[in-house]
Amino acid sequence: MSLDRLKNCFERCKSEQRAALVGYLTAGDPNPAASEKLLHVLAGHADILEIGMPFSDPMADGPTIQAASERSLEAGTKMHDVFHLCMTVRKARPEAGIVLMGYANIAYAMGYRQFADQAALAGADGVLIVDIPPEESGDLDAALLAHALHSIRLVAPTSSAARRELAAKTASGFIYYVSLTGITGAEMGSVADIRTQVESLHSQSGLPICVGFGIKTPEQAAAVAAFADGVVIGSHFVSCIADHAGDEPAMLAALDKTCAAMRKAMGNGGSV
Amino acid sequence: MSEQTMYDMEMRHMPDIGGHFGRFGGKYAAETLMGPLAELEAAFHASWEDESFQAERLRLLQQYVGRPTPLYHAEHLSRAIGGAQIILKREDLTHTGAHKINNTIGQGLLAQRMGKKRVIAETGAGQHGVATATVAAMFDMQCDVYMGREDMRRQAPNVFRMELLGARVIPVDCGSGTLKDALNEALRDWVASCETTFYIIGTVAGPHPYPLMVRQYHAVIGQEARAQFLEQFGRLPDVAMACVGGGSNAMGLLHPLRDDNIRLVAVEAAGYGLETGQHAASMLAGRPGILHGNLTYLLENSEGQINGTHSISAGLDYPGVGPELAAMYDAGRLELDSATDDQALQAFKRLAHTEGILPALESSHALAAAMRMASTMTPDQMILVNLSGRGDKDLDTVMKVFGKGEKA
Repeated sequence: MSLDRLKNCFERCKSEQRAALVGYLTAGDPNPAASEKLLHVLAGHADILEIGMPFSDPMADGPTIQAASERSLEAGTKMHDVFHLCMTVRKARPEAGIVLMGYANIAYAMGYRQFADQAALAGADGVLIVDIPPEESGDLDAALLAHALHSIRLVAPTSSAARRELAAKTASGFIYYVSLTGITGAEMGSVADIRTQVESLHSQSGLPICVGFGIKTPEQAAAVAAFADGVVIGSHFVSCIADHAGDEPAMLAALDKTCAAMRKAMGNGGSV
Repeated sequence: MSEQTMYDMEMRHMPDIGGHFGRFGGKYAAETLMGPLAELEAAFHASWEDESFQAERLRLLQQYVGRPTPLYHAEHLSRAIGGAQIILKREDLTHTGAHKINNTIGQGLLAQRMGKKRVIAETGAGQHGVATATVAAMFDMQCDVYMGREDMRRQAPNVFRMELLGARVIPVDCGSGTLKDALNEALRDWVASCETTFYIIGTVAGPHPYPLMVRQYHAVIGQEARAQFLEQFGRLPDVAMACVGGGSNAMGLLHPLRDDNIRLVAVEAAGYGLETGQHAASMLAGRPGILHGNLTYLLENSEGQINGTHSISAGLDYPGVGPELAAMYDAGRLELDSATDDQALQAFKRLAHTEGILPALESSHALAAAMRMASTMTPDQMILVNLSGRGDKDLDTVMKVFGKGEKA
């Protein structure tokens, strides 16, 4: 066992002959107290948690995750709440992988060093900032590296060969392959295309490849799990919150059921 | 005046290779957009060096847009104030009634050159949307314009104009329903459609190469004004002023005057007053942050969440500013001033009364600051003001404010 929790997560999954379930929820959605319970439910199923940092202008997100950010900010979520939620999950799940995900201005406003300090203190393993491409990532990466925090990179269908190489060279933890040309929660691209891309990424980088954006059904998750090292589910989990607005027990039950279904579908090497 | 003296195609004051102006600017974009942005950058530079592309652009600017726009000495206004002379660059007289079309002609031609059949745009006051819809109609491209619900209400005539021009106006309800939210929606569209769609950004902001590209397309304003000033007055102005929201008309006028010994002033929208927090003065009251693809001055809270803004003019109602203006301000090459809603309205009225010109509420901010400054100067001094647009689109807003009882 290494000290690298993300690496351990992927190795554990590999030994169980399955892909990792990477689950996303926005911190503080629909409010910090309920969010804590939701994150614990998610952590009961997911190998790696992506904890979203709410932002007023989430321009890479579709309506579902936009609404999650709005609900969270409306409820008064601050960054210290986000770190607190992260730490709570860490304490309950010493083995889980945790990635903080969000937009540049949140980290920039705090100062990259302060942000990295806080993220490490809260027990995060890595950080994914959607609107900081490798070209702009030098200062942030240096701050993250000081705490051995992973800097997760995105690769998209529009990424050129040179950009894939750049991502492969500068990423750590895992590479997040964006399965569609678009925003979160849109319709997933063709599985065959995604497979080709993931296989080519595997040949370029020794890092695990996780696939996300638009995976909504257990069938889709199973199909992607057949060749990817991890499957990211975001909008589909987040929608459990909006679908049961105001009814916390129903929300928790729905998330539990949805997570379990996804996890089961990915369970045995890809067939449902 | 020959074209040769008016238009200089050389690009001065370039950003670094990553699109940074000093510590500002850059390419803070989602990975999906990095490829399309690189493609756009290459196409822009190739077209800029292409004489036939430039000839076509200049032909359209002259024959379609109506350039050069006049440089007008507002003698009656200047006399009424009793200080420096106020000289207006009449961008309000362009086709569609605002400077915005200089940029959409350029980007429209570039979209065609790149083989894109669909264009999208964000708009605040609606002027950029109208200018985009106009070139889309002329070039036979499909056009979708994102506009905040609140802005659609206050600029209703422009919504109808866009529709008449064959564009689809898509209301944006998220956030505050203003320009920044329209930009978010347009970016979301482009992330999904970048292979077939050209995103015509309306201001000198966004990820590189947009700030550079939009600046170059608007540089005709300052280049003409400079040549006309020399011809009409045998000298250059003491001060050049423009209102600034995102900053396209300000960069257009001020950038070509940067290497001259002229005071450059950007006028921000002070809304209900800077002290109220209800304004859009991102350089005077903001701090550096990252939004919409670039690092620049932003109005935000201590957590980095973007603040809602207020200005009576929809075109200035934006929480950021173009990165090159931020860099010029940081370097001490740009002075800042501001005008409140009320001051802009008074300037609107005063120009109407003294010169028979209805300025856009955006431009009225620059006028208000110019009048204030002029009154502290002497009659032999000259202030150049960018009258970036005409006020017809604002009649509804102005009517509501002045009401029926007050003598406008």
